[in-house]
Amino acid sequence: MKIIVTAKNNSGIESELDPRFGRANYFVIVDTESMDVNFIDNSAAEASSGAGVGAAQLVADQKVEVVISGNFGPKAFNGLNAANIRLYASNSGTLAEVVEEYNKGNLKQLSNATNSGHVGIR
Amino acid sequence: MVITVLSGKGGTGKTTVSTNLALSIDNAQLLDADVEEPDSYIFIKPDFTEEYEDVNRLIPVINNDKCTSCRKCIDFCQYNALAIMLDNVLVYPEICHSCGGCARICPEGAISEQEKTIGSIKWDHADNILEFWQGELNIGEESSIPVIEQLKKHIDPNKNVIIDAQPGTTCPTIEAAIDSDFCILVTEPTPFGLNDLQMAVEVVRDIKKPFAVIINRSEEGYDDIIEKYCKKEGIKILMKIPFMRKIAQLYSTGIPFIEEMTSWKEQFVIMYKGIEEELS
Repeated sequence: MKIIVTAKNNSGIESELDPRFGRANYFVIVDTESMDVNFIDNSAAEASSGAGVGAAQLVADQKVEVVISGNFGPKAFNGLNAANIRLYASNSGTLAEVVEEYNKGNLKQLSNATNSGHVGIR
Repeated sequence: MVITVLSGKGGTGKTTVSTNLALSIDNAQLLDADVEEPDSYIFIKPDFTEEYEDVNRLIPVINNDKCTSCRKCIDFCQYNALAIMLDNVLVYPEICHSCGGCARICPEGAISEQEKTIGSIKWDHADNILEFWQGELNIGEESSIPVIEQLKKHIDPNKNVIIDAQPGTTCPTIEAAIDSDFCILVTEPTPFGLNDLQMAVEVVRDIKKPFAVIINRSEEGYDDIIEKYCKKEGIKILMKIPFMRKIAQLYSTGIPFIEEMTSWKEQFVIMYKGIEEELS
């Protein structure tokens, strides 16, 4: 299955998870069996407003069913929810570690936004 | 004449200057344009009554029967206020800037616009010498510009108008200052005060407004940091409000300090006349 994990840097499967969803540096499509990765620049990260919405759109357009990140704001959460995408929380680790935890069923599925949202670029 | 009181840094004394200045001069109209947290009312003690004006703006509404999910509206919106999820267009009203572009660009005519109340304009109904107006942004709204725009419609050109702006150097501050004849930049003699004053100076220079500085919480030996900068930049210092326990005490009880320290009233009048002369 292909899932998306947010990443701080672009160094393959050893890249570090980015705990911010809307303003993550990269969205990485990971194949949970082969561990193949495909990096997508988060063009919404620099938006002065609506980064969460833009990021949710970018992710939903990849037609994945699962996204793993640290924190999802309310706008991103609602958007991803409307796209029927399941959200899982993880706070740190490499993509390899995070996906392994996901495969083992150790990550928590989110039913609410993890923060109340904020305005402005990082 | 319209004077906007602004500052880069918050908490430097915009409200202190605005309220005391407005209460000192004749024929004044004070507008509190710090619509996210208006606080001049604490000193003016207006009688707002139950009557107020709504601030409305237009938000897109999608007709799903007509929408073909072509995404043209999504690509058009610069603020990410629209998204398309499983062929349904979602609207995020709180980040929409009400430009109306999505409704115009939609080739199917599937987008109409509906009014949404985002704030209010209140005014002093009591028959006071000072005319007082206040803008208020509703909780959860992100854009204060429409509230400030509507507040400014109440400017009386026959009055001596003082606008209390939002701190910072972003759109709301600029919106408050853009139609004024003169800007007063309030600062404090600290490194933070200087840094944020420099940013505010850049803004007023950009929008080509004549301006000068007031140092609040002024203290001998500390003012150098602001004075040196102003001298270098050729900026006039209009007034220094001293760092005094009495002023702080009056502030904390909601009393404009000119009411108890009456000689300051004259100082504000002299300063105001000086600005008038400079502009004439």
